[in-house]
Amino acid sequence: MSMRQEQLPDLTDDMFQPADIDSSKNEEIAGESTGFWKDAWRRLRKNLGAIIGIVIIVVLSLLAIFGPMMNEYSYHEQDLMRAKLPAKVPGLENVGFLGLNGVDIRGVDQYEAKGVDEYFWFGTDEFGRDQWTRVWQGTRISLFIALAAAFIDFVIGVAYGGISAFYGGRVDNILQRIIEVLVGIPNLILIILFILIFEPGILSIILALAVTGWIGMARIVRGQVLKLKNQEFVLASRTLGASDGRVIGRHLIPNVLGQIIITTMFTIPNAIFFEAFLSFIGLGIRPPEASLGSIINNGFSSLQIYPHLVLYPSIVISLLMIAFNLVGDGLRDAFDPKLRK
Amino acid sequence: MGRYIGGRVVSMLVTFLIIASLTFFLMKLLPGTPFNNQEKMSESQIQQMNEKYGLNDPVPVQYVTYMTNLFKGDLGVSFQQDGRSVTTIIGERIGPSAYLGFQSLLIGTIFGLLLGIIAALKHNTFLDYGSMIIAVLGISIPSFVIAGMMQYWVGVKWGMLPVAYWEGFEYTIMPTIAIAAAVTATIARFMRTEMLEVLGQDYITTAKAKGLTSTAVVIKHTIRNASIPIITIMGPMVVALMTGTLVIEQIFVIPGLGEKFVSSIMTNDFPIIMGTTLFFSILFIVVILVVDVLYGIVDPRIRLAGGK
Repeated sequence: MSMRQEQLPDLTDDMFQPADIDSSKNEEIAGESTGFWKDAWRRLRKNLGAIIGIVIIVVLSLLAIFGPMMNEYSYHEQDLMRAKLPAKVPGLENVGFLGLNGVDIRGVDQYEAKGVDEYFWFGTDEFGRDQWTRVWQGTRISLFIALAAAFIDFVIGVAYGGISAFYGGRVDNILQRIIEVLVGIPNLILIILFILIFEPGILSIILALAVTGWIGMARIVRGQVLKLKNQEFVLASRTLGASDGRVIGRHLIPNVLGQIIITTMFTIPNAIFFEAFLSFIGLGIRPPEASLGSIINNGFSSLQIYPHLVLYPSIVISLLMIAFNLVGDGLRDAFDPKLRK
Repeated sequence: MGRYIGGRVVSMLVTFLIIASLTFFLMKLLPGTPFNNQEKMSESQIQQMNEKYGLNDPVPVQYVTYMTNLFKGDLGVSFQQDGRSVTTIIGERIGPSAYLGFQSLLIGTIFGLLLGIIAALKHNTFLDYGSMIIAVLGISIPSFVIAGMMQYWVGVKWGMLPVAYWEGFEYTIMPTIAIAAAVTATIARFMRTEMLEVLGQDYITTAKAKGLTSTAVVIKHTIRNASIPIITIMGPMVVALMTGTLVIEQIFVIPGLGEKFVSSIMTNDFPIIMGTTLFFSILFIVVILVVDVLYGIVDPRIRLAGGK
């Protein structure tokens, strides 16, 4: 006891100041307040999978935008003299196991055999079109279709579900009966019939995906709004004289937004898959336009001899799907930590 | 319960009527000709063909005929296969599709359950992360990509399994894996979530407290309770299987219903498209009904809420 006291430095009175006791500041919160979005962003940043997903999406989107311009070939330029060349990349051509040296599966250097001096990074297809340009052109179209379909789902779904839940009663009843019937029809069948009637094309594929796509969004928004609209803060807002528009805009939508974003995030890979699927059953984008699905589908006919025609677009579509799913999972955990398991 | 099922069957019939009518009228809007080689036919031949298949009648008459036939179980005749009935064609084709579907569902469910259970029991360990990475890959990578990669490496390069066709068990392995991957992944993720949920319940603590071995707790109390909700995702699963078989049958040249459906789309064989569409729809509606009823049976809480 005494030992410790001796070790203390000299404490003089002037080292102390009277504490400032201000009762009005007792309740003050120190530090910045963390809002919903900030909180979500903090959790998302910690999620390795989601970050990887975001990076992949950014890289692939940039490639989809700039990829086709990175060499001098256009996606529809045909030249049979250079058809069916395997991939050859300057610099990487000497790394044997990558298979980027222009040698096909029979061990013949096709570039030498055909006397081609140029490099085709992803090889060429049966018409001699540059596969690199086509793959990124296809990614562009696949992404465009997916984003457009997701946007339409978002608009219709939020409006439909929101109106249904907000106005309730008879409106809700009628709107929900309509949904019940629509849910009973397999969406696959509707999509196929829809495209059969309108000739296959970017627009008809987007519309076909949107025909059934919005239902999931509508149901989620309805459920959320139903849950929220009877809570006290909405009642308080109404008591203060807020209009319907203000209640929806300021209170309901911000609270449902997290769920909406998550749902949209999962709609996108779904749309990418369905678009590719349609190409497989012959209802996809028509040549010379190409989507990832139609490029893969075309490649399948010569898979055994020219695997590069399937390999590269397959990798791109798989990466896209993985990335969107990872970000979707990450967002779900970030917005709703209760769901996190 | 009986009343609940009765109500559901009625609404199922209504849905089916709507689908059948919708399909019929959409088919009428289709561009293109239903006959094999219309360009080579003379005007009178086309007339004759139209007469033969009742395509000259006014649309409402065709509709009534179609619907009455439908209720007799008659789906019409193919325009291109010389008037063979659609029901016969579906009957011939259903075998491989059903086999493939069931085998994929079975294998996918078994592996999915295993992965999910392991992931949950070894929560936040290497095994858990590993299983979930597999699950994300399984959900994300499209079945046709898996199929293509297997065809090339396993089939062509290593020559371990036949690349295509449908001639025996070894021909079913690659298509099954391609379809089962998504099933495995979906079930694994779902099962893991359910297991973790159940593991946190009070009755698990009770079971442990009364001295049950951990094996007994896991098998009797956790897995049993966690696997009940799996039934709810069986509906969407069957739809995914349908989508899967359409593409996979195409890739592996399997003489199934999906392959027939796709080829009739290419050739405008309306009765087959319609018949197959209706067949898929019926399958879908019935599966949803069975799933809902089953769920009510295994989980009494749902029955009370839903059957009021």
